[in-house]
Amino acid sequence: MTDGEASVAIARERDIVVARQKGRELAASAGFGATDQTLIATAISEVARNIVVYAGSGEVLIRIVSEGARRGVLVVASDRGPGIADTSLAMRDGYSTAKSLGVGLPGARRLMDDFTLESEIGRGTTVTMRKWVR
Amino acid sequence: MSIPILKERDVLIACIQTAVTDDELIELRDMLAATIGKSRSRGVVIDVGALDVLDSFATRTLRGIAYTAKLRGAPTVVVGIQPDVAIAMVQLGLTLEDIPTALDLEDGIELLRRRKRS
Repeated sequence: MTDGEASVAIARERDIVVARQKGRELAASAGFGATDQTLIATAISEVARNIVVYAGSGEVLIRIVSEGARRGVLVVASDRGPGIADTSLAMRDGYSTAKSLGVGLPGARRLMDDFTLESEIGRGTTVTMRKWVR
Repeated sequence: MSIPILKERDVLIACIQTAVTDDELIELRDMLAATIGKSRSRGVVIDVGALDVLDSFATRTLRGIAYTAKLRGAPTVVVGIQPDVAIAMVQLGLTLEDIPTALDLEDGIELLRRRKRS
């Protein structure tokens, strides 16, 4: 594993804090300012929390990426949990099946630049999101 | 590690630390609900100044604490939301609804005392 990458196993609430701290560190070294570091850490917190609540365990991978001259961070949150039956419903504001406010995934999408949600029933869920330094 | 509850005359103060878990927040809610009665407190200030992230779950729990304390007769003020945390909460679509907020501990206590007089 290189300096520009971190992988955090997610199984308990404590791991969410570790994941967002790693995210903040990597966002800082990628060149993000303080506000963007907080936005990224918050988005990581939401997706990591989803893993704990819905899947029980999984992984959050954070990596510094570049595309031409621009730099950013890539966050991949994956689990082998029950999966999401209706991903478009899960992305709708105010929709929630558990103890949340129903803003988790749509909110995380607003905090980042790109966001994709892939899920298969019985196989798990993967959220991939990126944010670029402006 | 539980969150300490301090007493300043008739106001209870809880300072939430960085790596707080939901379980600790729920414990704080239960402790506050009991302590309000024991100490006959008229208000609660929750200081979240040490938090670098307030996600949707933590916000929901925080609201629950404030409503519980309010039902016990102690209006709750949330203080110390950091600038970047406020920006992130708005983008995420989170609000504290009708829970009053103040800049810091001092302003929070002042707000509670003013409300009580009026």
